[in-house]
Amino acid sequence: MPSKIVSFVVLGALLATGCTATQSTPETAADGGRESTATASREAAPAAAEPFASTYRPLPSVTTLITGATVLTGTGERIDGGSVLLADGRIAAVGRDLQAPSGARVVDAAGKWVTPGLIDVHSHLGVYASPGVDAHSDGNEMTDPVTADVWAEHGVWPQDPGFVTALAGGVTTLQVLPGSANLVGGRSVTLKNVPSRTVQGMKFPGAPYGLKMACGENPKRVYGGRGRAPSTRMGNVAGFREAWLEAEQYRRKWRRWEEKRDAGEAGDDERPQRDLELETLAAVLDGEILVHNHCYRADEMAQMIDVAREFGYRITAFHHGVEAYKVADLLAAEGICGALWADWWGFKMEAYDGVRENIALVDRVPGGCAIVHSDSEVGIQRLNQEAAKAMAAAAQAGMPVTREHAIRWLTANAAQALGVLEETGTLEAGKAADVVVWSGDPFSVYSLAEQVYVDGALLYDRDDPARQPESDFTLGLLPNAEGGAQ
Amino acid sequence: MTPKQGSRRLPPLRAAVAVAVAALAAVPGSPGVAAAAAETVAIVGGRVHTAGAGGTLEGATVLVVDGRIAAVGREVAVPPEARVIDAAGKVVTPGLFDSMTQLGLVEVGAVAGTRDASVDDDRVTAAFRIEDALNPASTLIPVNRMEGLTRAVVAPRPGESLIAGQAAVIHLGDGADLVVRSPVAMVAVLGERGARLAGGSRGAAMLRLREALEDARDFAAHRGEWERAARRDYSLSRLDLEALVPVAEGRVPLLVSAERASDIRAALRLAAELDLDLIVAGAAEGWMVAAELAAAGVPVLVDPLTNLPSSFETLGATLENAARLHAAGVRVALMSGSSHNARNLRQLAGNAVAHGMPWDAALAAVTAVPAELWGVAERAGRLAPGLEADVVVWTGDPLELTTWPEHVFIRGVEVPMESRQTRLRDRYRDLPEPGELPPAYRRP
Repeated sequence: MPSKIVSFVVLGALLATGCTATQSTPETAADGGRESTATASREAAPAAAEPFASTYRPLPSVTTLITGATVLTGTGERIDGGSVLLADGRIAAVGRDLQAPSGARVVDAAGKWVTPGLIDVHSHLGVYASPGVDAHSDGNEMTDPVTADVWAEHGVWPQDPGFVTALAGGVTTLQVLPGSANLVGGRSVTLKNVPSRTVQGMKFPGAPYGLKMACGENPKRVYGGRGRAPSTRMGNVAGFREAWLEAEQYRRKWRRWEEKRDAGEAGDDERPQRDLELETLAAVLDGEILVHNHCYRADEMAQMIDVAREFGYRITAFHHGVEAYKVADLLAAEGICGALWADWWGFKMEAYDGVRENIALVDRVPGGCAIVHSDSEVGIQRLNQEAAKAMAAAAQAGMPVTREHAIRWLTANAAQALGVLEETGTLEAGKAADVVVWSGDPFSVYSLAEQVYVDGALLYDRDDPARQPESDFTLGLLPNAEGGAQ
Repeated sequence: MTPKQGSRRLPPLRAAVAVAVAALAAVPGSPGVAAAAAETVAIVGGRVHTAGAGGTLEGATVLVVDGRIAAVGREVAVPPEARVIDAAGKVVTPGLFDSMTQLGLVEVGAVAGTRDASVDDDRVTAAFRIEDALNPASTLIPVNRMEGLTRAVVAPRPGESLIAGQAAVIHLGDGADLVVRSPVAMVAVLGERGARLAGGSRGAAMLRLREALEDARDFAAHRGEWERAARRDYSLSRLDLEALVPVAEGRVPLLVSAERASDIRAALRLAAELDLDLIVAGAAEGWMVAAELAAAGVPVLVDPLTNLPSSFETLGATLENAARLHAAGVRVALMSGSSHNARNLRQLAGNAVAHGMPWDAALAAVTAVPAELWGVAERAGRLAPGLEADVVVWTGDPLELTTWPEHVFIRGVEVPMESRQTRLRDRYRDLPEPGELPPAYRRP
């Protein structure tokens, strides 16, 4: 399937027709372009060195052995009485009888549980920062239904207090997306959840970019309400197709020039004009930017799959997918993940058919990929509880799921959808030491993240105020109250 | 957005809605047990949390007869006609009680025709009563009750006025009339929202509220003169004044939404001055004025997950709010503020426990305390003889997320573990193979 899609993409690109305005939608696109993406875009449109490059560097860490814990590795394995060794920011070993290297800090985690750092593939932290005042509304460029030229990272406020509370909930990686007002909302960005003065200092090195797309009620409501297209689901699909046609044409134009240049027949003078919007869309067609598609209804997911086929790109994940359970077989066959809520439903027509078993029903199909996502600055603080509810609903319906499997919904599967599974999402030797020590079973409502490590650095410790970051915004806000805003 | 004439002609509108509601409720095929007679049931051997004076009893029996709890204890004789539910290893609690929902007032959030919780016309304020709009056939009711929610406050939301109207308590059983008690409170909003509705300042919101209450008092004392046009004009219509009289006289609670410490203090001052029965909802910074709330005997409704400075009135929000308020002696009830997912009330309680609230207090905050606050303590909220039998048998700790109810009784009638959602699930649980009829032919 993927290879077919790729060849389709190329074909499509060669066919190109002109089209419509591009816009980005805030909610959908999740995974972004990695460096290879940037490289490829550069080929298409010779920009300067990678713009807005990550300046993230792992924070200082010490060799740490976490011992005696129940370890859920994220690979489907559970190790009782297990240990995890963190060294040089990486996971050095996972197993039963690990010895602490001399000088290592030892964390006695008897009675506690250890999991990979949690990953939220759907967040608007930073682009819809707290406090939610108009001045912080930076997630929906609602001026055109296709805004592929906007990038979520340019709207992310690193001082959003929500990053800190998400860290206290065990989240070490998150994808920040534009909202869903537009058909194409723009590029997403994948961040390490580390306190930083700049967004560049949070960007997950090497993570691909994502493109947020949105079908259904939101775009047609936003633009139909202004008497312009799209005002219907028909208009939505037309808008997508026109945008991709334009991207194909753009790509073809660049390829022609590159061929001529390589043959010595054209110089820089004839180089086509760069177009930020089409550059991003072309990178999707080149397979370098991952598509994260906000879509609720089963029939619309099938439509979007056909749009992707027509233009030869892949959809990495459907986000929200309240009706994903109705087409779980289709999603699995296409290799598309469902990034889902445990129980949200009914807030609009396309969310009316929600069921609590959605995650389990998507998960249990052979090849199925289910992800617990939040789309919420509240929900991101307890993704583990969302997973627990989905697990309980499954068990109640006679489809029990083990904890070692369910943890994948918010770790490994999420990492896969973000294109960072080689780097994080499981506890395996060689990966980044993104690790959470929980006070108990992470699927218990009473358990709390006690220690959160990002690249081996202890960035949150519930027992050590010196290891509890605070946003500039909340600092000194409540001079007359004890305890602050946590 | 609401047509203007909607507000002026309340009585005819009410009648029409009532007829419509009755017709809806009579539609056959709505899931439920409307016809089921209350039976004699003995729930035997469970860990029973009475949420009341009975405390927690291990291996106890809860006996339900004629819709009421007949006995709770370890030495209860089981009548021969009783259906026996073996609850060994299970946990038995009162049904859960959410102190703030719009259940029955909304079906699909973004579909205006299914929304009846607010009035966008400031000529109807205090008089607005939710029971005339309540839809007992809402699919939200089975969805929530099968997860242990048996009672709820249904409250209007502020539309164009900072006085939103009157809240009621409903049960989530079957029947055409779910209203248990009404009104249970007059709902008003202060803080940022109230300020906006009053023209832009908190100061104006307080003036509007005070004026309304003072007018209601004056109206009550001088009704005859007012009828003869021999009294000054009032800020509200006759209907609104009538509705506010019992609030102004302290007979019906004034439920005020307020988050910031200073807004809560302003509400406390008003209540003390006018001798109101005040309840504060939201109270994100309630812990900062906990001593004052306790001294005034004013209860609060909180959402224990509120911990972000989502606005400048919740800068002091903390996950420990419920615990700190409780520790200070404030009566705390929890509210989901949701409708579709009021079922997550127990998750809220669990999180309150995770952040310091004693387990028994958290259970009481979703059972006994709300029953007291809303004036139905003699009917619901605890497992005690004489109360209506809202009883839930759980697979384990009800505040955990990995447990679920196995039996839910509302007023002595066991409700089916079915909802529109379970039917959709069962329709699509096994996706059709080639050659099979489409799922549309499956009617689970």
